[in-house]
Amino acid sequence: MGEKPIKGEQKAFMTGNEAVAWAALAAGADIMYGYPITPQNEIMQYWTRLAPKYEKKFLQTEDELSAGFTTVGGVLAGRRAFTATAGPGNVLMQEPMSMAEAMRIPTVVVVQQRGGPSTATVIYSQQEVTLTCFGGNGEGLRVVYSTSSHQELFDYTIKAFNTAWKYRFPTFVLADGYQAKMRESLVLYDPQEKGQKMVPTEAFVGKPGTPGEDRAPAHLRNTYNIEEELMDELAKDIKEYEEMTPEITEYEEFNTQDTDVLIVAHGIVFRSVAMAARELAEEGLKVGYFRPITLRPFPRQELQKAAAKAKQILVVESAYGQLLKMVKDNLYGLDVPIKGYLRPGVGITPEEVVADVRTILGEEE
Amino acid sequence: MKVLPKIPKSWNLETKPHKFCPGCGHGLILKALGQVIDELGIQDRVVFGCDIGCSLLSWDFFNVDSVQTHHGRTTPVMVGIKRANPELVVVAYMGDGGGYAIGSQHLVNAATRDDKITVLLVNNTNYAMTGGQMAPTTMPGQKTETTPYGRDVSEAGYPMMGPEMVAAISQDGAYVARGSVARFRKLKEYIKKALENQMAMRGFSFVETLSTCPTNWRTNAEQTWAFLEDEMTKQYPPGELKTPTGKEG
Repeated sequence: MGEKPIKGEQKAFMTGNEAVAWAALAAGADIMYGYPITPQNEIMQYWTRLAPKYEKKFLQTEDELSAGFTTVGGVLAGRRAFTATAGPGNVLMQEPMSMAEAMRIPTVVVVQQRGGPSTATVIYSQQEVTLTCFGGNGEGLRVVYSTSSHQELFDYTIKAFNTAWKYRFPTFVLADGYQAKMRESLVLYDPQEKGQKMVPTEAFVGKPGTPGEDRAPAHLRNTYNIEEELMDELAKDIKEYEEMTPEITEYEEFNTQDTDVLIVAHGIVFRSVAMAARELAEEGLKVGYFRPITLRPFPRQELQKAAAKAKQILVVESAYGQLLKMVKDNLYGLDVPIKGYLRPGVGITPEEVVADVRTILGEEE
Repeated sequence: MKVLPKIPKSWNLETKPHKFCPGCGHGLILKALGQVIDELGIQDRVVFGCDIGCSLLSWDFFNVDSVQTHHGRTTPVMVGIKRANPELVVVAYMGDGGGYAIGSQHLVNAATRDDKITVLLVNNTNYAMTGGQMAPTTMPGQKTETTPYGRDVSEAGYPMMGPEMVAAISQDGAYVARGSVARFRKLKEYIKKALENQMAMRGFSFVETLSTCPTNWRTNAEQTWAFLEDEMTKQYPPGELKTPTGKEG
């Protein structure tokens, strides 16, 4: 065992990608598998510089299919394994993560969203929400944390390993190119020193003993012969996903008691929204916000509660209605108008949010 | 009294008789693999990975830890396991479509990277599970469901020479061979050498096996044998294509 990468609390000023690499080290990740794509490259670059000092491993694969499937293999061998990707890489990543979903393999994937569709920009977007939450030919039985700061990137990357290994659903940390590339201050720490226990890992294959003699062999599959066989398997997974939901959903809210405009946003856009809402609230306007931190599973009841006390909902996102669809889905049956401030692939400033809210309030008067 | 050959100890008897069609070559290849696992005494540390297609029917074939993956993706899953825990002996078992078409990038890169894994690929000249479409290994002129008038090489190209390619791109420590279910003892020898190569951490190991598919070839026993022995071996000469130059481990 190498020495601990982080001792005590360490103030740092670094990029989000660097924060992810440190978080994975702090979480005790054993191996990263990765393929270059902007804007997540520096996660691999920092990991490959740090990893050998702490007896950690890295494999650069031939594509994201391989990065995802080797990550699956690393987890099957009982290691805390992870990968990171973005954009078209995230599209390819959905195939291995669909296998992870089917076989309850606790993979961890960090996604740094870039513009879409297709190659688009290497810069920034929130256009991988639907893909990350519901990608693959399945039901979206995965956990997606949407971070909004470097501290959260660090905190939630550590948390992702624990959620994945505790509940055995593939877990994603969803950030974006701004968070990836920008420098920000944060505090690095060793989770164990803070009393945050890391959930132990367990090998799926290669356990001690001879299969068929000392123990049953692991026969792991994702294919079924008949419809009912599949349905039984899915029913069990869905039940466990729903039982997990209240234990892991996270959200933040402000001024939701009686609002004229309730703004819903996630990720880094939430920071602009929070600034805007606080500024307008200070003027005495009834403006609040609701921020889902877990996009999957979605904090449905909590949003419904906040939305029930709002006259108008405004969804703000750097996509053309991906969060908006989720909000509408989760608020079905509630009689509150929903508007969108939708800027696919483009950043959103607090000033823009303030202006849009003022327009809405003006229209209503 | 004649002694019947023993069923390999590493076989899972609960799933026998196996699920492959009568006359299919998979059973023979898996028998050879089972005997090799027994002889090497590695039942407790082998991880067997199978692909999509007929190979997936082997997901519970052995009393060894087994993982059924996606079409073409058995190689990276096994690479991931081996990289994370090099103590394990990993076998990636796949068909010609999985290895040479949809998963060819994984085969090429695992061979080039010299991953210490063993890939066993079954060449039966067609996509059998899906009903007999053209595969990268379909013979020139061979009729399949997607080449009903025969494989026209001017349209569909020539058959993939997998072991020749792997031999060309792999490193000095690699082991590459082409066996046939018609030559069981040789096939078993190749599979054993491939696994020994991995266990000695010498390099990548790859064995293609010429196999039979009477269901999709629409052949009787005699015709099946003739196609394998007379036609396929002309296109795909069996033998060892590369043996490690390193010292014996």
